[in-house]
Amino acid sequence: MNDADSLYQDAIKQCARAAHGHGRLENVKGEAKLDNPLCGDRVRMQVALDGGRIAAVAHETKGCLLCRAAASLIGARAAGLDAAAVETLTGELDAMLKGAVAIPAGWPELAMFVPARAYPSRHRCVLLPFRALQAAIGKVGARDTAIPANDHGEAKVVI
Amino acid sequence: MSHTAASLRAQFPLLAATPELHYLDSAATAQIHRTVLDAVLHHETTSRANVLRGTYRLAEAADLAYEQARQTAARFLNAGSADEIVFTSGATAALNLVSHAFGATLQPGDRVLISVAEHHSNFVPWQMLRDRCGIELTLIPVSADGRLDLERLADLMGSRCRFIAVTQCSNVTGAWTDVAAIVAAAREAGARVLLDGAQAVQHGPQDVQALGGDFYAFSGHKCFGPGGVGVLWGRAEALTQMPPFLGGGGMIAEVTPEASTWAAPPQRFEAGTPPIAQAVGLAAALEWMMTLDWTVIRAREDALCKRLIEGLARIPSLHLLGPQNGERAPIVSFDIPGLHPHDICQVLDAQSLALRGGHHCAQPLLAAFGVEACTRASIALYNDEADIEALLGGLDCARRELS
Repeated sequence: MNDADSLYQDAIKQCARAAHGHGRLENVKGEAKLDNPLCGDRVRMQVALDGGRIAAVAHETKGCLLCRAAASLIGARAAGLDAAAVETLTGELDAMLKGAVAIPAGWPELAMFVPARAYPSRHRCVLLPFRALQAAIGKVGARDTAIPANDHGEAKVVI
Repeated sequence: MSHTAASLRAQFPLLAATPELHYLDSAATAQIHRTVLDAVLHHETTSRANVLRGTYRLAEAADLAYEQARQTAARFLNAGSADEIVFTSGATAALNLVSHAFGATLQPGDRVLISVAEHHSNFVPWQMLRDRCGIELTLIPVSADGRLDLERLADLMGSRCRFIAVTQCSNVTGAWTDVAAIVAAAREAGARVLLDGAQAVQHGPQDVQALGGDFYAFSGHKCFGPGGVGVLWGRAEALTQMPPFLGGGGMIAEVTPEASTWAAPPQRFEAGTPPIAQAVGLAAALEWMMTLDWTVIRAREDALCKRLIEGLARIPSLHLLGPQNGERAPIVSFDIPGLHPHDICQVLDAQSLALRGGHHCAQPLLAAFGVEACTRASIALYNDEADIEALLGGLDCARRELS
């Protein structure tokens, strides 16, 4: 099997280990914590916006290599996106995993997740950080959104 | 009768059709025995009708098959009477039934004890009861090796303990609960005891009278039977004291425009059409299990479990959850720092090794161990040495591939 066909190709392992954006922001504007109840993946995503676009993003991710790689990619690339762009990107990534469309435009790195198409139970691992990013942006300036909060005031969404 | 793993494996159609499969997830769902499929097909093609409603001969045949299944379940559990057997849709439904029906007899401030080691199905219903009715819910802690720590049991029970609901055997660690100690303490306090037997039943018939509790719950799919059926055993007087959980057909004595009265147990707790064919299939599984020499089977399961634990001990930094030695059901969970269970299981799957990685519906227990997820291998009567060696080899491969 070529490395590009492998679920655990070097690109994923390197991206996960790089853990771009790992940590917390000092001035959090929006935060969401999402779980994948299937395997215990957990992402806490924090964002700060400037003019509606992501000025800073940080995350704490406990999870599998796919989840950590996706979160790391967000840490490296998400700055500058607005809510609509994140929603579009997440939708296109979901569609890519389901085999419907090619790699989302402008995000060639997401090709490393193409082998996950064959494993539907892993799609949520890849999508979890992106959905956490969506939820975190949604919390900016709208602390009382429909996302239920746990005892710590954190958004907690299960997908 | 031959009790080799190979001869037993050949009796399970899925395993017989996939000789390359190393199925080590029986704690989640055991494979289904051929006799179960035969029994379900026979019932559905000769006796399919609703039960306890019709008077035609076909309905009488369905009634007979269903009530015979109840008697089989009673024998499997050594229950005092078949009337102490309630068929449910599974162990979760049985546990929810008790939490609602017994819960309706509790007063605010009454105390229920569960343990940190419970499966969510014996955890969440009691939290919901607490939130609904104002009872106190108290947790029995676990020791470092995952066993229930009963040292402070009397203190935890306090003066208003009415119910103790605990697992007979952990679905994560395989640790057996000291049921006798819990039953003795409960009897002294006048509290009732429920045992979640979901993980125990696939390792042989049980004796609820010897165990001494008041309720016992298990699922059909974990003891080589169909999905969609489970059993709640309740001591006769305990069942009689409880109001119904679900209302509907089959559970009433009389319905008037103003009010209803209830049938006697077990029908009181079987509202609606029960899982008839599934109960017949479950009975076939239990009948088959009662023909086996469990001394031989348990000895092999224990030997495989021991070999697995020895092999795991050679993996650097691996953290074995649960009893490090001594008695446990053949369920082995472990954590390898730096390697996520989901990734481990993915690599193992490529080698036809079926294991589960995750929190195993036991998040409070995993939190007590300080991990979010772990990898679990569970061994049943059709597993053999080749399964264990394949797993140990597969873990070497996973460590290489994921590093």
